[in-house]
Amino acid sequence: MFSYYFQLGLHSLKRNPILTALMVLGIALGIAASMTSLTLMHIMGSDPIPWKSDRLHYVQLDNWDPNQPWDEEGNPPDQVTYKDAQALMEAGKADRQAAMFKVALPIQPENPEVKPFLALGRATYGDFFAMFEPPFAYGGGWDHGQDAQHGRVVVLTRETNEKLFGGQDSVGKRVRMNEVDYTVVGVLAEWKPRIKFYDLTNGALADAEEFFVPYTTMIELKAQASGNNSCWKGAEPGWEGYLASDCIWQQFWVQLDSPAKFADYKSYLDNYTNEQKKLGRFQRPLNNRLFDVNGWLQNQKVVPKDVQVQVGLSFAFLAVCLINTIGLLLAKFTRKSGEIGLRRALGASKPQLFAQHIIESGVIGISGGAFGLALTFAGLVMVRALYKDYANVAQLDWTMVVATVVLSTVAAVLAGLYPTWRACQIAPAAQLKTQ
Amino acid sequence: MEIRPIISALMRSKVALVLIGLQIALTLAIVCNALFIISQRIETMNRPSGMNEADTFQIASNGFGDGFSTKNAFAEDLALIRGLPGVRAATPINSLPMTNGGWSEGVNMQAGQKVPTTVATIYFMDEHGIDTFGTKLIAGRNFKPEEITTRSRQSVDWPPGLIITKALADKLYPGQDAVGKAFYLNPEGAPLTIIGIVDRLIVPWPEGFSYNGDHSVVENSVLVPQMTAYGNHTGYLIRTEPGRRDELMKTVEAKLGDSNHSRIVRSLKSVEQIRAECYANDRAMMIILGTVIFCLLTITALGIVGMASFWVTQRTKQIGTRRALGATRASILRYFLTENFLITTGGLLLGAVLTYAFSLWLMAHEQEAKLLPWHYVPIGFVCLWALGQIAVLGPATRAARVPPAVATRSV
Repeated sequence: MFSYYFQLGLHSLKRNPILTALMVLGIALGIAASMTSLTLMHIMGSDPIPWKSDRLHYVQLDNWDPNQPWDEEGNPPDQVTYKDAQALMEAGKADRQAAMFKVALPIQPENPEVKPFLALGRATYGDFFAMFEPPFAYGGGWDHGQDAQHGRVVVLTRETNEKLFGGQDSVGKRVRMNEVDYTVVGVLAEWKPRIKFYDLTNGALADAEEFFVPYTTMIELKAQASGNNSCWKGAEPGWEGYLASDCIWQQFWVQLDSPAKFADYKSYLDNYTNEQKKLGRFQRPLNNRLFDVNGWLQNQKVVPKDVQVQVGLSFAFLAVCLINTIGLLLAKFTRKSGEIGLRRALGASKPQLFAQHIIESGVIGISGGAFGLALTFAGLVMVRALYKDYANVAQLDWTMVVATVVLSTVAAVLAGLYPTWRACQIAPAAQLKTQ
Repeated sequence: MEIRPIISALMRSKVALVLIGLQIALTLAIVCNALFIISQRIETMNRPSGMNEADTFQIASNGFGDGFSTKNAFAEDLALIRGLPGVRAATPINSLPMTNGGWSEGVNMQAGQKVPTTVATIYFMDEHGIDTFGTKLIAGRNFKPEEITTRSRQSVDWPPGLIITKALADKLYPGQDAVGKAFYLNPEGAPLTIIGIVDRLIVPWPEGFSYNGDHSVVENSVLVPQMTAYGNHTGYLIRTEPGRRDELMKTVEAKLGDSNHSRIVRSLKSVEQIRAECYANDRAMMIILGTVIFCLLTITALGIVGMASFWVTQRTKQIGTRRALGATRASILRYFLTENFLITTGGLLLGAVLTYAFSLWLMAHEQEAKLLPWHYVPIGFVCLWALGQIAVLGPATRAARVPPAVATRSV
C-alpha cells in the first residue's frame, strides 16, 4: 500500500511542478537557515570532552578589589594570581591539577631554510596531558620531576613538528626557543578542540597552541605571559613584585574524580581564602567557584549573542516557510477535491485517503530536507567565509544531518496534517455532482 | 468600493486567510527587527576611529638573544623608517584603535580614590604620535622630544604630563578647560597633568568596552609619552604620503628584517585591514540577515502568488458570472487587489504586535539591544503592502482576462 501511495504522491506532485517546486524550495530554505544557525549553536554549546567534563573543574577565587566587584553580575575573576596558583599547586589536594598561562616565544629552527618564527604556546604542568588527554603521535608529556626541576623540555603539536622536523618522530631532538634549548619529549597527533575550553579568557575560538612547556621553566626564565593580564591594584616594581601582586593572568584546572573529592576541594578552597583573609588579602565576601567544563562554558557565554539571535530569526523564518507550505498544500488538496470524491465513491476509506496524502506531504518534506541539507552545506561554507575563526565550529556532524532530515520530514508532515484532514472531509456526492 | 462582498467571500475560506495573515505578520516581525539590527551594525561600523586610516599601517617585531636591545632597536628602527622617502611620520605604539588588544586603566579625580571615576585606554607614543595617528590637537600642546621616556614592563609610575581625548576631558571636567588640570591613573601615585586634548581617538575595543553600563567610554583615551620596551617587542605605526602605503608596507618590512637578523618581523597590517577585521562579525551578521530578509520576502511573495492563483482558479466560474453580469475587467482586477490589501492589512496589524514581541525577546537576550524604534513599523507596512500588491498583480490580471462566456460553460 505504501509504495502505491508513494507513487500516487509522486504523480500528484509531478502534475503541478511549479507548486511542488515552490513547496520544496520553501521547506529547503527554512530548513537550511535554521540548520546552519543551529549547527553553530550546537557545536559551540556541545561538550568538548564528554567523557570527563564533569570531573574537570575550573578554579575561581575572588581576590578582587574590595570596593568593586570583578563584573556587574557578581562573578569572581576569571583567572587567578601567580601566588594563589602556586599555593594550590603545592597543596596538591586534587586528583590532578595544572596551572597554566599563554606564552609567545620565538622558535629558532636549526634548519637554516626555516626562518625564525614567533610561536604561541602554553606553559603548564605535566598533569595537563593526563587531564585534557590530547592524543600523542610520539612520546608523551613530562612528569612531575620535570616540573620540579624546571626541565628544558617541550611537547610539540603536529603542525609545529611538521614545520621543524618534517613530521618525523622528533622525540629526543632539540628545539631552540628564545636562545634556550629544549628537548622534545612528545609530539601531539592532530588535536583541535572545537572550543578552546581550557583558556576561554584568551578566546574560545583562538588558534590552538604550537607547543607546550613546563610552567616552572617559564617562571624561572621570566617569560611574560602573552595572554590577558588584569590588575585591580598596582604591583610592586620588578618581576618579583609582579609575581607577588594581585594581578590575575593564569588559569587553574583541577581533576576531581568523585563528588566527595569535589566537596573536599571546595572546602579546601574556602579554608585557603579564609586563611588568606587573615593576612589581609581576599577582602571581598567569600565567592569561590569550581565550575565543571560545561558550567564554565555556560558562565563564560561561549555561544555568541549573534548566533542566538540568528537561531531565533531562522526558526521564525522556518515557521513562515511552513505556514506557506500549509497554505499551498491546502490549495493543492482542495483542487484535488474531485479526485478525492471519486476515490471515496469507489470505496476508499478516510484512513486510506489520509495515509495517501500524509505520504504525499512526507515526500515533499524529504525532498525539502535533502535539498535543505545541500543548502545547509552551502550556508556553512558562507559562514566559514564570513567568520574567519568559525572554521572549527561551522562543521556539519552526523547528529545535525539526521536532525535536518527528521526536522524537515516532521515539519512537512505536520504542515500536511490539516490540509489532509480537510481533504478527507470531502463528501463524495457533492464533489461528483459538480463534475 | 465593494468591500463587503470581498469580506464575506474571504470568510468562506478562513483558514487560508489566517495562514496568509500569519505569514505576513511573521514576515513583518522578522524584517523589521532584522533591518533594525542591520542599521545598528552600520552605525557601529561607521563610528569614526579618530585616526587617519587610509595612509597608515602597523608593523611589529620580536627580537631574541642577548644581542637584541629593545631600546636601541626603537632608535634605529625609527631613524630608518623616518628616513624612507614617502614616510610622513612614524611612532612607537603599544596598541591601536580597533585591534581588540590593549591596555585599559581606571581614571581617578582624587588621590586615594577607591572607585575610579571612569576608565580609559592607554596609548604610548612619542612626539610624532599625534601626527602619525592623524588625530587633531584641539587644546594645549604636543609632547616635547625630551619628555619621551622608556617604560619597562614592571614600571608602575606614569610620566607627569599626558594628553587625553576630548571625550575624557569632558567627563573629568565638564564645561571647563581641562588643560593644566590634574587627574590620577594610580590613585596612590602622583597627580598627572593634562597638557593637551585631542579631538578623538577610540579605544582598541569599539564593541564591548564599558564602565558600569556607560558605553561612551569608548572614546576615552590617554596618550602617554613613553616607548614600551617590554621583553623584545617593538611596535610602530607608520603614516605615509597619500597613496604610497602599500608600496611602503613592503619596503619597511624588508628593511626591518634586514637591519637585524635576530628578530621576527610580524603583524604587518594596514589600519584599513585592522578595521575590516574588527568589524568582520558585524559585516557577517549584516550579510546573513540580509540574506534571510531576501529569502523571506521571496517566499512570502511566492506564497501570495500561489494562494492568489489558487483562488483565481477556484473562482473562475464566479468571475465569469460577474463579467457576464456587467463587471469590467478593471473591477475584477480591483477586486483581487483590494482583497489582497485587506488580508495584508490584517496580517500587518497582527505583525505589529509580533514585531514588538520579537524586539522584547531580543532585548532579553542581548543586554545592549534597544527597543525597536516605532518608525520601522509603518515603513514595514508600506513595503509589505507594496509586496502584496505586486505579488497579486499577476494572478489578478489573469482573473481579469477570464471571459464572461465561462459563466455559461459546464453548468
